[in-house]
Parts: sequence; structure tokens; C-alpha cells
Amino acid sequence: MRRYLSKEYTFRRKIQVYEELFFRLIMLLASLLIALVLLQIVWSIFREGVGSVSWEMLTNTPKGGFYFGKEGGILNAIIGSLYLGLGATLLAFVTGLPVALFMNTWLAPRKRLVNLVRFTLDLLWGIPSIVYGAFGFALMIALGIKASLLAGIIVLALLILPIMIRAIDEGLKASPPGLTEATYALGATTSELSFSVLTRQCLPHILTAILLSFGRAIGDAASVLFTTGFTDNIPTSLGQPTASLPLAIFFQLSSPIPEVKERAYAAAVILTVIILIISILSRIFTNKYSRNTIKF
Amino acid sequence: MEANHKIRVENLSLRVNGHEILKDINVSIPENKITVILGPSGCGKTTLMKSMNRLTDIYPEMHVRGRILIDEEDILNTHKDVTAIRKKMGLLSQRPYPLPMSIYNNIAFGLRISGRKKRDLLDKRVEHYLKQASLWEEVKGRLREPASSLSIGQQQRLCLARGLAVDPEIILADEPTSALDPISSQEIEKKFLDLKQDYTIVLVTHILRQAARLADHVIFMYLGEVIEQAPAEEFFHHPRTEITRAYLKGSIN
Amino acid sequence: MSLWLILMLAMPVLIGGGLLWKSWSLLHDHALGELLLSTRWRPLSGEFGFAPFILSSLWVTLVSLLIAGPVCVLSAIHLTQYAPRIVLKVMQPVTDILAGIPSVIYGVWGIVAIVPLVSRNLAPLMGAETTGYSILSGAIVLAVMIIPFVLNILIEIFRSIPIELQEASLSLGASRWYTIKYVTLRKALPGIVSALGLGLSRAFGETIAVLMVVGNVTIIPRGVFQPGYPLPALIANNYGEMLSIPMYDSALMFGALILFVIVMVFNLAARLTIIRYEKVSQ
Ligand SMILES: Nc1ncnc2c1ncn2[C@@H]1O[C@H](COP(=O)(O)OP(=O)(O)O)[C@@H](O)[C@H]1O
Ligand SMILES: [Mg+2]
Repeated sequence: MRRYLSKEYTFRRKIQVYEELFFRLIMLLASLLIALVLLQIVWSIFREGVGSVSWEMLTNTPKGGFYFGKEGGILNAIIGSLYLGLGATLLAFVTGLPVALFMNTWLAPRKRLVNLVRFTLDLLWGIPSIVYGAFGFALMIALGIKASLLAGIIVLALLILPIMIRAIDEGLKASPPGLTEATYALGATTSELSFSVLTRQCLPHILTAILLSFGRAIGDAASVLFTTGFTDNIPTSLGQPTASLPLAIFFQLSSPIPEVKERAYAAAVILTVIILIISILSRIFTNKYSRNTIKF
Repeated sequence: MEANHKIRVENLSLRVNGHEILKDINVSIPENKITVILGPSGCGKTTLMKSMNRLTDIYPEMHVRGRILIDEEDILNTHKDVTAIRKKMGLLSQRPYPLPMSIYNNIAFGLRISGRKKRDLLDKRVEHYLKQASLWEEVKGRLREPASSLSIGQQQRLCLARGLAVDPEIILADEPTSALDPISSQEIEKKFLDLKQDYTIVLVTHILRQAARLADHVIFMYLGEVIEQAPAEEFFHHPRTEITRAYLKGSIN
Repeated sequence: MSLWLILMLAMPVLIGGGLLWKSWSLLHDHALGELLLSTRWRPLSGEFGFAPFILSSLWVTLVSLLIAGPVCVLSAIHLTQYAPRIVLKVMQPVTDILAGIPSVIYGVWGIVAIVPLVSRNLAPLMGAETTGYSILSGAIVLAVMIIPFVLNILIEIFRSIPIELQEASLSLGASRWYTIKYVTLRKALPGIVSALGLGLSRAFGETIAVLMVVGNVTIIPRGVFQPGYPLPALIANNYGEMLSIPMYDSALMFGALILFVIVMVFNLAARLTIIRYEKVSQ
């Protein structure tokens, strides 16, 4: 600071120096603000909800009078969400992994085509989940499928497929190119190559892709709104409707009864904890590659 | 060596994360001459040149010790405005990096910083410096086009003109021809020979023949150290160290 | 495999086509101009004017961009140009977590934190009165939701600018700040515009969080303290009745189609700009 005041500095430069200091300050504040907002979000959710989280709540389905503040819990929503999240992630993974491998082995020499695929996936990733929901609903009517766990899983899988493929794809892209050539030289056919070597090489990326997709699937509300229905029971088959945490929060929060609202806050705490755990896990798996690109 | 020394570097060392990139450098650079810094790549030539311009300031991981005297004034340990120090030197880098603006504004950029804002004066100065870099005839009809529309060779001359426009006393050029075709390279080399009447030129290169064509004075570096410095004649014909001889024969690279 | 790939490439067309097909009966009966421009929304008497919803969406999205844009640009400059590397390392998990928080959680946060803030603090400050369920609340929540997304793109963009360009400017005697203002920012400008475009399209389609705090009143908003009723909220709120009123399902599908088209246009434009920009800067 003293340095800038020395008489060697012209007046114009001094003004510039203060201007820079001023902007550096507000830039710092901008970054700080972002970090503080995150803390504020987590803190508000926990403050509202932690008090209502109880063992009873986690282990019971809604009983009679639940929606008037009587007994019961949100086990139906927790289990429903897990079913939906796991089902959609599994479906997206088994359909997405081959695509990502395909893009980076057979298709790799055709750069323009690969880029077109990436571009399309990024576009798909930009489509709002409510549009997926509406589209899924239109499809269900056309095919005569009822609102059910299965319909929800399919729509969610569609929703997360682009990010699943792109996240794995980024990992494969970052894998050393010499590896592919070396394996070819050893005489591996392309399918052996892709499924064993590349998969093992990119395991951390694949795990991250799975976690990321699972986080998306379990947290999305707009697409399941149309497709899963809502029920107090835990579904026992794919054809039955199901509850989910996001919708449980959404519906119960619109209730005028304080006890029901409190359950919504408690469910929000549970969902937040799940998401935080996923974030931490994927941070552990992510290495220095593959960072921001996958979120485009 | 009775020539005036424009730049003197004394006991300069530079560390990055505990790794010593420049080791106790002591060199003198004569005024109005072309001084060539020679050495295999990775030996620290670029870093030495950047420290003369205090561009090392923007790499927080770099720690510099020692003194660099320009006109007998230490530029490393000073309260003086770093922008004033840098204005004394024009920089030409390995590849041309035209500023993201028009050809005209690339030259006017430095002039405006120095407070010259009058339109007709700017017009005149822009023309003058473009002529000095032998670019005027090629671009006079398209001054408002983005600088990125020029060929690489033209861009490098634009960067030279841009550097000259802040009226420096020293030109620092870091392998300025390495991205250019032979004809553009030749034009730049010719320009340097013209310019040395008025400027002190420091040129980094790893092309021996280029060094031989241009140098008045040579500094030879190896692995972060200055191995030898001497007038060009002496350096090329009577190298003093074994490493220099090996390098001149082409067995180090 | 190839078939699956072709199906995926065709997916955007399929979605658009599916929505168009479902909204066809509405489009058959009403002129497109009337649907988009009319402000009369009376499904029971067969009047479907989408203007209040489109305008609400625009309000919420633009205000959110007005909040998120400067914060992201400032923070991106700070993180890439000034902050020590460790700060960037700390910020990365922060933006990751922000990006991962589900929409409905943002909605809950909006209700417990932002709505009261708007009704008790911000509105009185501006001499307005509101329940808090307003365009502004929606915009603030939305801004926080798109910040991690936009910020990550901006960081990539600033990082892709070669340091030699800064060195060139500094060597001409420009100060660090002057260089950032007139060289770095100008170089990044197309990228910044695209990043904001992507943020905009992301904000445009966001549903549950906005729905929870924006009030959902079918009016044309005349200020940020008034409630609004954005398109996604319309669709999400009324899917239940949509089969019981004639044409209503078709109208909601048309709403989704409008959303789809707008989001696609912004996405395409922004992504193509980024791709071109990357080519130029190489
Ligand atoms: N910013 C930096 N961080 C870490 N190491 C660096 C940095 N800049 C240069 N180096 C290292 O310093 C050494 C000298 O680099 P440089 O001056 O560019 O060499 P030259 O120009 O002679 O090829 C190299 O080993 C290089 O890796
Ligand atoms: Mg170099």
C-alpha cells in the first residue's frame, strides 16, 4: 500500500491503483458471497428440519391422519426415491457406458461425428426436466402406461443419460492415448479393449459419473411429478405408483398444518444429507481431469 | 569493453517451488547493440528475459533474488511504478499475441496508456510505427480490421510496431522468429539490424546461425547458469569453456 | 449400437416433435399469434393466452441473470486472476455442491430464507409491500441456482486465455487492472455472453424451486415485488386437471413446447458461439 503512495506514482496511476483495489475488494466479496450462500442454505435447511427428524419418521410409512399431523413417517418417500434413483442410474449406466466407449473407440477416428454426438448430448443436458416430464407424460398416454415406478425410472434415465455419457466420455477422453495403441498392438479386438482396459483405466471417472447421475435422479422433482404418481405405500412392483422425497417435500410443504410442514423440512434435511454425501464421495473419486467440462 | 552497459544483472537467482531455475546470474548488456542469449531449450532464457521486464511479478510461485540494474537503477527493489519500468522495454514473444482489437488500436493501445489521446496525433504515430515495422503498406487500407485477421508473419511485425510505439529504449525479443516462415523471419532479422542504432536489443534464440548473423554480444546459458559471455567474434571463434565448444558443435540440444 | 446412437442424435427432434404432436389440437383451433400474445387465460371457456406466463418467465429469468451475471463475472476474475490457487481449490467443492443441490431444496430454502427477506427487509426498503412470494424471490433463488453453472463455464473461459496475452499488455506499460479491463475481458467477451446465454436457458426451464416462491398468480407482473406465474410453474401446477378440461392437456403441452423451443434456441446459439470462440483462440 505504501508503495502506491510513493511520489514516483503519477496521479493517474494512483487513481488506477485505487480503482483496482476497489474492484479487487468487490470481486473478493463476490466469491465470499457464493461460499456464504452455500453455508446459509445448508444452515437454514438444518435449522428448520433437524428438530423433526426422528427414528419414527425414518422407519414408518404414513399412517391414518398423517396429513393432518398424526402419526407416521416418510419411509415411503425415502424408499421410493432410492428405487427411482437406483433404477434410473442403473438403466442409464447400462445404456450409456457402451455409448461412451463406442464414441471413444470405434467412432474415435471420425472426429466430426463424435463432436456432433457430444454437442447433441450437451443440448439434451440443457433441456429442462419439466419438458422431459411433459414428454414422458405424452409418451405414457400414447403407449397406455400408467403413472408408475417404471415410468418414473424411464423418464429419469432419459434425463440423466446425457450427463452419464458425457461424464464417462470426459474420463475416457483424458485417458492416455498411448494406452489404446499399446493394447491394439497386443492384438486385442476392439470390444475386449473397450470393455476391460478402458473401463478399468477410467474407473474413478465412471464412479463419479454414476454418483453425479444418481444425485440428479434422486433430487429431480419436475419430471417425476408427471410420471410416478404418489402413494403412501412402498411399491412392491415396477407397475405401482411410488412416492419420492422431492415430491413428499413439495406436497407436504403446501399443507397448512404445522406438523405436516415440519415433516417436509425433515425430509429436506434427509435429501440434503444424501446429496452432501454424494458430493463428498464424488470429490473423493474425481481426480484432476474431468472437472468443469462435464457440467456444461 | 568500453561500451555503456544498459542492463546489468547481479547475483540474480529465481526459484519456483524450491527449484532453482536461474542460478546466480551475472550479466551485462551493452547499449545499442544486439545481445543474443543462447542456450538449449529449458535452460532459463525466457525466464531471465521476463525478469528483466518484471513479468515474473504475475507468477506468484516465482521468487526472485538479486539485482537488475537498468540505467544504474535497480528495478527489482524499488518503490518505482512497475508500469514505468516496463515502458522502457518492448517485448516480442515466441508467438505473436495481438491484442483482441483492431490493427489500429493494437498500436494506439500503448500510446493511450501514455496519455496520448488526440485523434490526429494517434493517427500519425500509428502510421509512423507501422512504417517502422515495414507493415504500413500491407495494412494501411484495413486498419479497422481485427488484428487476428493478419497472417502470423504480419502479426509478429504488428507486435514489434506495438512495442516500438511506447517509445522504449530496450527491445526484448524471445525467439521472435520461431513461429514464422523463412521470409518473415528474414524481415524481422533485417529490422533488428536497422533498429540497433536506436535501441538496445536483447534477443533470445536457440538457432546458432541466427545468433551468428545478428549478435554483437553473446550470453550462453546452460541449465539455469550463465556459462560464458563475450563479444560475438570472440564467442564464436574462441569459446572458453568445454560446454560452449560442445554446444557450438551441435552436440548439446 | 449405431441404432441407439442415431436414436440419441434424434432425441431433441423426437422431444420437440412429441410435444408438437400433443399440442396440435390447440394449434389447430387457435392462431399462434393469439396464443402467444393474448393475456386472457380462461381454460374453462377455451381461452388460452400465454402472455402472462411468458412474461413472468422473462421477468424472473432476466432479473436472476442480472443478479447472477455480475457476481459470476466478478468472482471468475477474482478466482482466475487474483486469488491464490488454494482459494480456487476451496471454491470448487463449493460450486460442485451448489450445483448438486436439488431444485426442491432450493425451493425450501427460498421459503424459509428468501421470502421473509424480501417481504420484511427488501420490500420496505424500496417502499413496496408484498407477501414475499414474488418475482424477486424467484429471481434470487434462481440466481443462486445458476451461479455454479455459469461460474464454472466462466472459469474455463478465463483460463483458456493465454497468459502471454496479458504479458504483452503489461509489457506495454499497462497496469494489471487496465490489462484485465481492456484485454482479458475483451478477449473473454464472446465467452461471457455465451455463458450468460447458457445460464439464461438453464434458468428459463427451472421449475419446482421457482414455483415454490414466485406466487403463481396469473397476472402480467409490473415490478419485481409482484407475484408472477412462469411457464414451468404453470405446467407443473396444473398437470392434475389437464385431462378433465377440454384442450387443457394440449395447452399445457404447448407450454412445454414453448419452453423447449426457447431453451433450445438459447442453448444452440450459446454453444455454437463457444465452439467458434474456442477455434479462434487456438
Ligand atoms: N511458471 C513456471 N513454473 C514452474 N516452472 C517454470 C515456470 N516457468 C518456467 N519454468 C521452468 O523453468 C525452466 C526454464 O524455462 P524457460 O525460461 O522457459 O527456458 P527457455 O526459455 O530457455 O526454454 C524450465 O525448466 C521450465 O520448466
Ligand atoms: Mg523460451
